[in-house]
Amino acid sequence: MRGHNYRSLYMHELSIALRAVETIVEDLADHSGSVLSVQIRVGALSGVVPDSLRFAWDVACADTRLSGSVLEIEEVPVRIWCEACQCEHTLPDADFVFRCPRCAASVTEVMAGRELEILSVELTEHESPQAH
Amino acid sequence: MNPPKLIEIRKNILKKNDELAQGLRTRFATHGVFVANFVSSPGTGKTELLKYTMARLTERFAVAAIVGDVETENDAIRLRKSGAPAYQVETHNMCHLESFHIEKAIAAASSQFRVEELDLLIVENVGNLVCTSAFDLGEDLQVVLVSTTEGEDKPLKYPKIFDRSDVCILTKMDLAEALEFDHAQMRASIDAVKPGMPVFEVSAKTGLGMDAWIDYLAGRVEEKQAVETPAWVS
Ligand SMILES: Nc1nc2c(ncn2[C@@H]2O[C@H](COP(=O)(O)OP(=O)(O)O)[C@@H](O)[C@H]2O)c(=O)[nH]1
Ligand SMILES: [Mg+2]
Ligand SMILES: [Zn+2]
Repeated sequence: MRGHNYRSLYMHELSIALRAVETIVEDLADHSGSVLSVQIRVGALSGVVPDSLRFAWDVACADTRLSGSVLEIEEVPVRIWCEACQCEHTLPDADFVFRCPRCAASVTEVMAGRELEILSVELTEHESPQAH
Repeated sequence: MNPPKLIEIRKNILKKNDELAQGLRTRFATHGVFVANFVSSPGTGKTELLKYTMARLTERFAVAAIVGDVETENDAIRLRKSGAPAYQVETHNMCHLESFHIEKAIAAASSQFRVEELDLLIVENVGNLVCTSAFDLGEDLQVVLVSTTEGEDKPLKYPKIFDRSDVCILTKMDLAEALEFDHAQMRASIDAVKPGMPVFEVSAKTGLGMDAWIDYLAGRVEEKQAVETPAWVS
Protein backbone atom coordinates (compact mmCIF):
# COMPACT_ATOMS: atom_id res chain seq x y z
CA MET A 1 0.00 0.00 0.00
CA ARG A 2 1.14 3.47 -0.79
CA GLY A 3 0.99 6.83 0.85
CA HIS A 4 0.25 6.27 4.49
CA ASN A 5 2.39 6.07 7.56
CA TYR A 6 3.41 3.12 9.66
CA ARG A 7 1.35 4.04 12.69
CA SER A 8 -1.95 4.40 10.91
CA LEU A 9 -1.48 1.13 9.09
CA TYR A 10 -0.65 -0.62 12.31
CA MET A 11 -3.57 0.81 14.24
CA HIS A 12 -6.11 -0.15 11.61
CA GLU A 13 -5.21 -3.81 11.26
CA LEU A 14 -4.77 -4.07 15.02
CA SER A 15 -8.40 -2.97 15.44
CA ILE A 16 -9.48 -5.63 12.99
CA ALA A 17 -7.35 -8.28 14.72
CA LEU A 18 -8.75 -7.33 18.14
CA ARG A 19 -12.33 -7.62 16.83
CA ALA A 20 -11.56 -11.06 15.41
CA VAL A 21 -10.05 -12.28 18.69
CA GLU A 22 -13.04 -10.93 20.62
CA THR A 23 -15.51 -12.73 18.36
CA ILE A 24 -13.61 -16.02 18.55
CA VAL A 25 -13.27 -15.93 22.34
CA GLU A 26 -17.02 -15.41 22.60
CA ASP A 27 -17.80 -18.18 20.15
CA LEU A 28 -15.56 -20.66 21.95
CA ALA A 29 -17.13 -20.08 25.35
CA ASP A 30 -18.54 -23.63 25.37
CA HIS A 31 -15.31 -25.28 24.21
CA SER A 32 -12.23 -26.02 26.29
CA GLY A 33 -8.64 -26.19 25.08
CA SER A 34 -6.29 -23.78 23.41
CA VAL A 35 -6.40 -22.40 19.90
CA LEU A 36 -3.74 -23.72 17.53
CA SER A 37 -4.72 -21.80 14.43
CA VAL A 38 -7.36 -19.50 13.03
CA GLN A 39 -8.56 -19.52 9.42
CA ILE A 40 -9.61 -16.17 8.03
CA ARG A 41 -10.79 -15.04 4.60
CA VAL A 42 -9.72 -11.58 3.43
CA GLY A 43 -11.04 -10.03 0.22
CA ALA A 44 -8.78 -7.79 -1.85
CA LEU A 45 -11.39 -5.02 -1.51
CA SER A 46 -11.93 -5.43 2.23
CA GLY A 47 -9.57 -2.62 3.17
CA VAL A 48 -7.34 -5.01 5.10
CA VAL A 49 -3.73 -5.72 4.16
CA PRO A 50 -2.98 -9.39 4.99
CA ASP A 51 0.64 -8.76 6.00
CA SER A 52 -0.41 -6.04 8.42
CA LEU A 53 -3.04 -8.30 9.90
CA ARG A 54 -0.43 -11.04 10.45
CA PHE A 55 1.82 -8.43 12.03
CA ALA A 56 -0.93 -7.34 14.45
CA TRP A 57 -2.08 -10.86 15.28
CA ASP A 58 0.31 -11.72 18.13
CA VAL A 59 -0.38 -8.42 19.87
CA ALA A 60 -4.13 -8.92 19.57
CA CYS A 61 -3.92 -12.50 20.92
CA ALA A 62 -1.73 -11.69 23.92
CA ASP A 63 -3.29 -12.72 27.26
CA THR A 64 -6.18 -14.53 25.60
CA ARG A 65 -6.71 -18.23 24.91
CA LEU A 66 -5.61 -17.48 21.35
CA SER A 67 -2.12 -16.61 22.53
CA GLY A 68 0.43 -18.38 20.33
CA SER A 69 -2.11 -19.22 17.63
CA VAL A 70 -1.20 -19.16 13.96
CA LEU A 71 -3.21 -16.95 11.63
CA GLU A 72 -3.97 -18.54 8.26
CA ILE A 73 -5.29 -16.09 5.69
CA GLU A 74 -7.12 -17.10 2.54
CA GLU A 75 -6.90 -14.15 0.16
CA VAL A 76 -9.85 -13.65 -2.15
CA PRO A 77 -9.30 -11.75 -5.41
CA VAL A 78 -11.91 -9.36 -6.80
CA ARG A 79 -14.38 -11.01 -9.16
CA ILE A 80 -16.70 -8.91 -11.27
CA TRP A 81 -19.71 -9.75 -13.42
CA CYS A 82 -20.12 -8.19 -16.85
CA GLU A 83 -23.78 -7.81 -17.76
CA ALA A 84 -22.97 -7.27 -21.45
CA CYS A 85 -20.85 -10.41 -21.87
CA GLN A 86 -22.73 -12.41 -19.24
CA CYS A 87 -19.46 -13.59 -17.78
CA GLU A 88 -17.36 -13.37 -14.67
CA HIS A 89 -13.80 -12.00 -14.56
CA THR A 90 -11.12 -12.03 -11.90
CA LEU A 91 -9.33 -8.70 -11.60
CA PRO A 92 -5.54 -8.74 -11.39
CA ASP A 93 -4.11 -8.14 -7.93
CA ALA A 94 -3.82 -4.48 -6.90
CA ASP A 95 -5.34 -3.28 -10.14
CA PHE A 96 -8.98 -2.69 -9.41
CA VAL A 97 -10.23 -1.08 -12.56
CA PHE A 98 -13.89 -1.97 -12.76
CA ARG A 99 -14.02 -2.53 -16.46
CA CYS A 100 -14.68 -5.75 -18.32
CA PRO A 101 -11.38 -7.10 -19.71
CA ARG A 102 -13.27 -8.50 -22.70
CA CYS A 103 -15.63 -5.72 -23.83
CA ALA A 104 -14.32 -2.77 -21.75
CA ALA A 105 -17.77 -1.97 -20.39
CA SER A 106 -17.93 -0.43 -16.93
CA VAL A 107 -18.84 -3.02 -14.36
CA THR A 108 -20.50 -2.33 -11.02
CA GLU A 109 -21.42 -5.84 -9.96
CA VAL A 110 -18.78 -7.14 -7.56
CA MET A 111 -19.22 -10.88 -6.99
CA ALA A 112 -16.36 -11.38 -4.54
CA GLY A 113 -13.50 -9.50 -2.91
CA ARG A 114 -15.18 -7.69 -0.01
CA GLU A 115 -14.93 -10.64 2.43
CA LEU A 116 -13.60 -10.23 5.94
CA GLU A 117 -14.63 -13.45 7.59
CA ILE A 118 -13.52 -15.82 10.32
CA LEU A 119 -13.93 -19.30 8.86
CA SER A 120 -12.81 -21.66 11.60
CA VAL A 121 -10.41 -22.36 14.44
CA GLU A 122 -8.33 -25.38 15.22
CA LEU A 123 -8.56 -26.34 18.85
CA THR A 124 -6.50 -28.74 20.98
CA GLU A 125 -8.27 -30.27 23.89
CA HIS A 126 -5.92 -31.20 26.70
CA GLU A 127 -6.41 -34.48 28.57
CA SER A 128 -5.67 -32.71 31.84
CA PRO A 129 -5.12 -29.09 32.86
CA GLN A 130 -1.38 -29.71 33.35
CA ALA A 131 -0.75 -31.13 29.91
CA HIS A 132 1.34 -29.00 27.59
CA MET B 1 -3.60 -35.21 24.06
CA ASN B 2 -6.67 -35.45 21.81
CA PRO B 3 -6.21 -34.69 18.12
CA PRO B 4 -6.90 -31.08 17.23
CA LYS B 5 -10.44 -30.42 16.14
CA LEU B 6 -11.69 -27.87 13.67
CA ILE B 7 -14.51 -25.67 14.84
CA GLU B 8 -16.44 -23.73 12.28
CA ILE B 9 -17.07 -20.08 13.08
CA ARG B 10 -18.17 -18.45 9.80
CA LYS B 11 -18.61 -14.92 11.08
CA ASN B 12 -17.78 -11.52 9.70
CA ILE B 13 -14.78 -10.15 11.59
CA LEU B 14 -16.47 -6.80 11.91
CA LYS B 15 -19.72 -8.38 13.09
CA LYS B 16 -19.80 -6.28 16.26
CA ASN B 17 -19.09 -3.05 14.47
CA ASP B 18 -21.64 -3.90 11.79
CA GLU B 19 -24.32 -4.91 14.29
CA LEU B 20 -23.84 -1.74 16.26
CA ALA B 21 -23.90 0.27 13.00
CA GLN B 22 -27.14 -1.47 12.05
CA GLY B 23 -28.60 -0.57 15.43
CA LEU B 24 -27.64 3.05 14.86
CA ARG B 25 -29.13 2.93 11.37
CA THR B 26 -32.45 1.73 12.82
CA ARG B 27 -32.35 4.47 15.42
CA PHE B 28 -31.60 7.12 12.80
CA ALA B 29 -34.43 5.76 10.62
CA THR B 30 -36.88 5.93 13.51
CA HIS B 31 -36.21 9.61 13.91
CA GLY B 32 -35.74 10.46 10.23
CA VAL B 33 -32.11 11.51 10.69
CA PHE B 34 -30.00 11.46 7.52
CA VAL B 35 -26.37 10.60 8.27
CA ALA B 36 -23.46 11.45 5.96
CA ASN B 37 -19.89 10.25 6.57
CA PHE B 38 -17.05 12.28 4.98
CA VAL B 39 -13.67 10.66 4.32
CA SER B 40 -10.44 11.92 2.74
CA SER B 41 -6.72 12.28 3.29
CA PRO B 42 -5.69 14.89 5.88
CA GLY B 43 -5.87 18.43 4.46
CA THR B 44 -8.18 17.69 1.52
CA GLY B 45 -10.74 20.16 2.83
CA LYS B 46 -13.35 18.19 4.78
CA THR B 47 -13.69 20.71 7.60
CA GLU B 48 -13.82 23.67 5.21
CA LEU B 49 -16.47 22.00 3.02
CA LEU B 50 -18.53 20.96 6.04
CA LYS B 51 -18.37 24.39 7.67
CA TYR B 52 -19.75 25.83 4.44
CA THR B 53 -22.33 23.05 4.02
CA MET B 54 -23.59 23.32 7.61
CA ALA B 55 -23.86 27.11 7.39
CA ARG B 56 -25.96 26.80 4.23
CA LEU B 57 -28.25 24.06 5.56
CA THR B 58 -28.71 25.16 9.15
CA GLU B 59 -31.64 27.47 8.30
CA ARG B 60 -33.55 24.66 6.57
CA PHE B 61 -32.67 21.68 8.72
CA ALA B 62 -31.59 20.76 12.24
CA VAL B 63 -27.92 19.95 11.57
CA ALA B 64 -25.10 18.76 13.83
CA ALA B 65 -21.66 17.27 13.33
CA ILE B 66 -19.46 14.66 14.95
CA VAL B 67 -15.75 15.08 14.15
CA GLY B 68 -13.07 12.47 14.65
CA ASP B 69 -9.53 13.65 15.05
CA VAL B 70 -6.45 12.05 16.53
CA GLU B 71 -5.04 15.27 17.89
CA THR B 72 -6.99 18.41 18.66
CA GLU B 73 -10.44 19.93 19.06
CA ASN B 74 -9.67 22.48 16.29
CA ASP B 75 -12.03 21.01 13.72
CA ALA B 76 -15.04 21.09 16.04
CA ILE B 77 -14.27 24.71 16.89
CA ARG B 78 -14.05 25.55 13.16
CA LEU B 79 -17.30 23.69 12.40
CA ARG B 80 -19.17 25.53 15.16
CA LYS B 81 -18.53 28.75 13.24
CA SER B 82 -21.24 27.51 10.87
CA GLY B 83 -23.76 28.15 13.65
CA ALA B 84 -24.49 24.44 14.08
CA PRO B 85 -23.26 22.27 16.99
CA ALA B 86 -20.21 20.07 16.54
CA TYR B 87 -18.88 17.41 18.88
CA GLN B 88 -15.24 16.28 18.82
CA VAL B 89 -14.56 12.57 19.26
CA GLU B 90 -11.26 11.63 20.82
CA THR B 91 -10.08 8.62 18.87
CA HIS B 92 -7.10 8.08 21.18
CA ASN B 93 -4.69 7.73 18.28
CA MET B 94 -7.02 5.46 16.34
CA CYS B 95 -6.86 6.30 12.66
CA HIS B 96 -10.55 5.82 11.90
CA LEU B 97 -13.98 6.03 13.50
CA GLU B 98 -15.89 2.88 14.43
CA SER B 99 -19.59 2.60 15.17
CA PHE B 100 -18.99 2.58 18.93
CA HIS B 101 -17.40 6.05 18.61
CA ILE B 102 -20.61 7.32 17.04
CA GLU B 103 -22.81 5.74 19.69
CA LYS B 104 -20.68 7.21 22.49
CA ALA B 105 -20.48 10.60 20.81
CA ILE B 106 -24.25 10.82 20.43
CA ALA B 107 -24.67 10.14 24.16
CA ALA B 108 -21.89 12.50 25.20
CA ALA B 109 -23.06 15.33 22.94
CA SER B 110 -26.57 15.42 24.41
CA SER B 111 -25.95 18.81 26.04
CA GLN B 112 -25.17 20.23 22.56
CA PHE B 113 -27.77 18.42 20.47
CA ARG B 114 -30.28 15.61 20.73
CA VAL B 115 -29.92 13.18 17.87
CA GLU B 116 -33.68 12.45 17.81
CA GLU B 117 -34.33 16.07 16.88
CA LEU B 118 -31.86 16.21 13.99
CA ASP B 119 -32.58 16.11 10.27
CA LEU B 120 -28.94 15.80 9.26
CA LEU B 121 -26.00 14.35 11.18
CA ILE B 122 -22.63 14.96 9.58
CA VAL B 123 -19.63 12.80 10.46
CA GLU B 124 -16.17 14.12 9.62
CA ASN B 125 -14.04 10.99 9.76
CA VAL B 126 -10.35 10.92 10.67
CA GLY B 127 -8.12 12.03 7.75
CA ASN B 128 -7.21 8.65 6.28
CA LEU B 129 -8.18 6.89 3.05
CA VAL B 130 -7.10 3.39 4.07
CA CYS B 131 -8.37 2.63 7.54
CA THR B 132 -11.74 4.35 7.28
CA SER B 133 -12.78 2.07 4.44
CA ALA B 134 -13.64 -1.00 6.50
CA PHE B 135 -16.00 0.42 9.11
CA ASP B 136 -19.74 0.92 8.70
CA LEU B 137 -20.96 3.77 10.91
CA GLY B 138 -24.68 3.41 10.19
CA GLU B 139 -24.55 6.23 7.66
CA ASP B 140 -26.88 6.73 4.68
CA LEU B 141 -24.22 8.31 2.51
CA GLN B 142 -20.46 8.07 2.38
CA VAL B 143 -18.71 10.93 0.65
CA VAL B 144 -15.06 10.69 -0.42
CA LEU B 145 -13.16 13.92 -1.01
CA VAL B 146 -10.13 14.47 -3.22
CA SER B 147 -8.52 17.85 -3.84
CA THR B 148 -7.06 19.27 -7.04
CA THR B 149 -3.66 19.20 -5.32
CA GLU B 150 -3.59 15.44 -4.81
CA GLY B 151 -3.12 14.30 -8.40
CA GLU B 152 -5.54 12.98 -11.00
CA ASP B 153 -4.60 9.34 -10.28
CA LYS B 154 -5.47 9.46 -6.57
CA PRO B 155 -8.66 7.37 -7.01
CA LEU B 156 -6.62 4.62 -8.70
CA LYS B 157 -4.33 4.49 -5.66
CA TYR B 158 -7.22 4.12 -3.21
CA PRO B 159 -9.84 1.99 -4.99
CA LYS B 160 -11.16 0.48 -1.77
CA ILE B 161 -12.43 3.71 -0.29
CA PHE B 162 -14.05 4.61 -3.62
CA ASP B 163 -15.72 1.22 -3.74
CA ARG B 164 -17.21 1.91 -0.31
CA SER B 165 -18.25 5.50 -1.03
CA ASP B 166 -21.38 6.77 -2.80
CA VAL B 167 -20.40 10.25 -3.92
CA CYS B 168 -17.12 12.02 -4.70
CA ILE B 169 -16.38 15.69 -4.08
CA LEU B 170 -13.42 17.32 -5.79
CA THR B 171 -12.26 20.16 -3.55
CA LYS B 172 -10.09 23.28 -4.01
CA MET B 173 -11.40 23.86 -7.53
CA ASP B 174 -10.29 27.50 -7.21
CA LEU B 175 -6.73 26.17 -7.58
CA ALA B 176 -7.50 24.10 -10.68
CA GLU B 177 -6.15 26.53 -13.23
CA ALA B 178 -2.90 27.27 -11.43
CA LEU B 179 -2.30 23.53 -10.99
CA GLU B 180 -3.25 22.73 -14.61
CA PHE B 181 -5.74 20.29 -13.13
CA ASP B 182 -6.96 17.77 -15.72
CA HIS B 183 -10.74 17.39 -15.17
CA ALA B 184 -11.15 14.67 -17.78
CA GLN B 185 -8.34 12.55 -16.40
CA MET B 186 -9.67 12.83 -12.84
CA ARG B 187 -13.17 11.88 -14.01
CA ALA B 188 -11.72 8.89 -15.87
CA SER B 189 -9.85 7.74 -12.74
CA ILE B 190 -13.01 7.96 -10.66
CA ASP B 191 -15.04 6.15 -13.29
CA ALA B 192 -12.47 3.37 -13.48
CA VAL B 193 -12.77 2.52 -9.78
CA LYS B 194 -16.46 3.39 -9.28
CA PRO B 195 -18.41 3.52 -12.53
CA GLY B 196 -21.27 6.00 -12.47
CA MET B 197 -20.23 7.66 -9.21
CA PRO B 198 -21.75 11.15 -8.89
CA VAL B 199 -19.00 13.80 -8.74
CA PHE B 200 -19.22 17.41 -7.48
CA GLU B 201 -16.47 19.93 -8.23
CA VAL B 202 -16.42 22.62 -5.57
CA SER B 203 -14.41 25.35 -3.90
CA ALA B 204 -15.06 26.20 -0.28
CA LYS B 205 -13.08 29.42 -0.76
CA THR B 206 -15.11 30.87 -3.65
CA GLY B 207 -18.35 28.90 -3.33
CA LEU B 208 -17.86 27.58 -6.86
CA GLY B 209 -20.01 24.53 -7.59
CA MET B 210 -21.53 24.54 -4.11
CA ASP B 211 -25.15 25.04 -5.19
CA ALA B 212 -25.29 21.67 -6.96
CA TRP B 213 -23.77 19.91 -3.93
CA ILE B 214 -26.05 21.66 -1.41
CA ASP B 215 -29.13 20.88 -3.55
CA TYR B 216 -28.09 17.24 -3.80
CA LEU B 217 -27.56 16.84 -0.04
CA ALA B 218 -30.74 18.76 0.84
CA GLY B 219 -32.64 16.52 -1.58
CA ARG B 220 -31.29 13.41 0.12
CA VAL B 221 -32.22 14.74 3.58
CA GLU B 222 -35.78 15.55 2.41
CA GLU B 223 -36.06 12.15 0.75
CA LYS B 224 -35.33 10.47 4.06
CA GLN B 225 -37.82 12.64 5.93
CA ALA B 226 -40.50 11.74 3.38
CA VAL B 227 -40.05 8.02 4.00
CA GLU B 228 -42.52 6.66 6.53
CA THR B 229 -40.92 4.99 9.51
CA PRO B 230 -40.77 1.35 8.42
CA ALA B 231 -43.14 -1.00 10.24
CA TRP B 232 -40.32 -3.25 11.43
CA VAL B 233 -38.78 -0.43 13.44
CA SER B 234 -40.11 -0.72 16.94
N1 LIG C 1 -7.68 27.16 -1.92
C1 LIG C 1 -8.48 26.39 -1.19
N2 LIG C 1 -8.05 25.94 -0.01
C2 LIG C 1 -8.89 25.17 0.72
C3 LIG C 1 -10.19 24.81 0.26
N3 LIG C 1 -10.76 24.00 1.20
C4 LIG C 1 -9.87 23.88 2.20
N4 LIG C 1 -8.73 24.59 1.93
C5 LIG C 1 -7.55 24.70 2.77
O1 LIG C 1 -6.92 23.43 2.88
C6 LIG C 1 -6.42 23.23 4.21
C7 LIG C 1 -7.00 21.99 4.82
O2 LIG C 1 -8.41 22.13 4.90
P1 LIG C 1 -9.28 21.35 5.99
O3 LIG C 1 -10.70 21.71 5.76
O4 LIG C 1 -8.73 21.57 7.36
O5 LIG C 1 -8.99 19.85 5.55
P2 LIG C 1 -9.36 18.46 6.31
O6 LIG C 1 -8.11 18.02 6.99
O7 LIG C 1 -9.76 17.53 5.22
O8 LIG C 1 -10.45 18.74 7.26
C8 LIG C 1 -6.76 24.50 4.97
O9 LIG C 1 -5.64 25.35 4.97
C9 LIG C 1 -7.91 25.09 4.18
O10 LIG C 1 -7.99 26.49 4.31
C10 LIG C 1 -10.60 25.32 -1.01
O11 LIG C 1 -11.70 25.06 -1.50
N5 LIG C 1 -9.71 26.10 -1.69
MG1 LIG D 1 -10.66 18.35 9.30
ZN1 LIG E 1 -17.92 -7.57 -21.03
